[in-house]
Amino acid sequence: MTAPSKQIAIELSQVTKVYQRYNTKHFATLKSALLQRSILRDLQPNETFLALNDVSFKVAKGSTFGVVGRNGSGKSTALKLVAGITKPTSGTVAVDGRISALIELGAGFHPEISGRENVFINGIMLGLTKREIQNRFDDIVEFAELSEFIDAPVKTYSSGMYMRLGFAVAINVDPDILLVDEVLAVGDEGFTHKCLDKFGEFKRRGKTVLLVTHSLAMVERFCDEAVWLDSGRKKAEGDPKRVIGAYIGDVNKQEATFLAASDAKAQKTVSTAPAPAKPAEAAPKPADPTAPPADMFQASEGRWGSRLIEITSVTFLDQSGQPRQLFQTGEGLTLRLNVKAPSPVRDFVFGVGIFNAEGVCVYGTNTSIEEYQSDSLSGDAVVELAVDALELVEGTYKVDVAVHSEDGAPYDYHRLLHTIRMKSPVKDIGVYRPKHRWTFSPTVRFKDNRPQRG
Amino acid sequence: MWDNLARLVRYRGLIQSLVVRDLKARYRGSVLGFFWSFINPLLLLMVYTVVFRYFMVRPGSDPNDPNALGGPYAVFLFCGLLPWTWFTSALLESAGSLIFSGNLIKKVLFPAEVLPLVSVLSTMAHFFFGLPILAGFLIYYEFIDPAAYIHLHFTKLLWFPVVVAVQLIFTSALALLLSSLTVHYRDIKDLLGNLLTFWFFVTPIIYWYKKSPIPKSWLNWNPFFHLAVSYQEVLFIPDNVFGHKKWLLAMGAGSIVLFLGAYWVFDRLRDSFAEAV
Repeated sequence: MTAPSKQIAIELSQVTKVYQRYNTKHFATLKSALLQRSILRDLQPNETFLALNDVSFKVAKGSTFGVVGRNGSGKSTALKLVAGITKPTSGTVAVDGRISALIELGAGFHPEISGRENVFINGIMLGLTKREIQNRFDDIVEFAELSEFIDAPVKTYSSGMYMRLGFAVAINVDPDILLVDEVLAVGDEGFTHKCLDKFGEFKRRGKTVLLVTHSLAMVERFCDEAVWLDSGRKKAEGDPKRVIGAYIGDVNKQEATFLAASDAKAQKTVSTAPAPAKPAEAAPKPADPTAPPADMFQASEGRWGSRLIEITSVTFLDQSGQPRQLFQTGEGLTLRLNVKAPSPVRDFVFGVGIFNAEGVCVYGTNTSIEEYQSDSLSGDAVVELAVDALELVEGTYKVDVAVHSEDGAPYDYHRLLHTIRMKSPVKDIGVYRPKHRWTFSPTVRFKDNRPQRG
Repeated sequence: MWDNLARLVRYRGLIQSLVVRDLKARYRGSVLGFFWSFINPLLLLMVYTVVFRYFMVRPGSDPNDPNALGGPYAVFLFCGLLPWTWFTSALLESAGSLIFSGNLIKKVLFPAEVLPLVSVLSTMAHFFFGLPILAGFLIYYEFIDPAAYIHLHFTKLLWFPVVVAVQLIFTSALALLLSSLTVHYRDIKDLLGNLLTFWFFVTPIIYWYKKSPIPKSWLNWNPFFHLAVSYQEVLFIPDNVFGHKKWLLAMGAGSIVLFLGAYWVFDRLRDSFAEAV
């Protein structure tokens, strides 16, 4: 007997899929096509979209294979090709075994007829015979937790019930290959666990699973191999940890670029607005970043102040002195302000405030609170606030910076103009992560499959 | 294409359950339920009879005319109207069937031609539900009111399933063609409604073709003319020969060719469905 692991369940070789988009007129009608004598022309696609570009991968029998990537990267297209719903434009897709696709649960349920009748029709659509469905009917209903409602029309079901029934039918098709597209968010915690158990059972019975998901944790936990698709191209393949690592790295990089771009945009719109000349006008605005407005949601980004001292640039630096906007929880960060005073100023306070996405002031301080007494500032200067370890949980934070006088009259106030993003492998909640560790007496035991975090 | 046709046979269980589902879903929630299948054609028949019996001069009622039509007009009307209702509802329903069930085509591996065929078959089931009413009329006039001179001829009645079969093939061919084209041209459905109204009036259903001003040489080009006349001759005309059978058989052969052609078009367009619906 040959080793089953050497057998291939799914093989894509050099698969390219071009979606043909027809011109906007095509949406229109036969009438216009006839009038403009353009039927033949309209049937020719005039715009194409490359959903998959020369993608190859093999899935061994009995393995669980993950496909990750951003939205629009071609993941679902790959799944549809494997399911046979669409055909590749070039290249070949070879599949060995009976497939069940959990692409859309309950596709084809008819709202007017009962759950029972829908189970039969859905099962037949997925390739079962009536007898097979009869034999599995009780399992399906029990798995879906719908025994009370199975004779009610499907239109009376909640969306959760609908999805559960769809999932139960699809998983009871007992395929050799199961295709799963982002469908595990179908029920409450309990149901999700049941689904995961079912996956585990599939694995143990040597079935092949192709999993398309955004949940990297699931890929890490379940998959033997993974592939990362980006804009229709294969970026990485192999060990899931390595693939996910590469993927996360790329996402972080993109996010940083995006943050920088959106901050630049906010700052640009603000700096083109004329700075209010009189301090009196600016008076109602908060002069101190440590005092947030009552409702952060209504606070809009802005910049105001007399510009007796101007903040010319704000930079976040990592421990090696490189500018960054993306930090890991616990990393060191230095906030650098470049300021300029056209004429000497004797009365000044530098302040910083950090707000989370809900507008909660996470931390705020200024030089006056910390009892620095201003003496003089003139010309160009650099102000740095170094944080040894920024223990904020994952999320996006806005950083307000300001320079104002001791009595609060703003010189230059930047509101919601600067963003940092905190990343963390640990998905703890709240705002602040104190340094901590757990200890247990020997009678408390845990399984030793906890991932090692660096 | 032949492989796909063969695969269609494997999916007969699915077709069957979808037809049953259609029928069940249609009348679910209505008080009279399945009785609508009988009541609908009966109401339709009443409307037409009242209009043509009393409001308009019935064509072909002159007793001295050798081409005139004897017998109760309502029965004559029913012979043509019932298959016509099947024909139009099948086409209107199948034209939108792919778009309506777009979800299935996009998400489930599934031979798409099942959908228009299910429309044709479930409307055929309604046609069959209407038949007992027609049979009731025929039996009434045959045995209880012989003065109306309807004479059923058993040998002619044997042709009835053949006529139905020809209509089934012809309708399926058009249904495949229309459903696949409607995916790309959404307004076919609107055009179709008007076209069918026109088609209804140029087909001898409410009038007897021998009394129609349309020359026979023109009528011969109308496929449904042959079906309508076949139904009328088999069920209603007291003659004991089915004179139209050559035309019917020719049309049967033509329908098979048309079906294969339509299936070929459908097959060619198949891959575009998942993207265009």
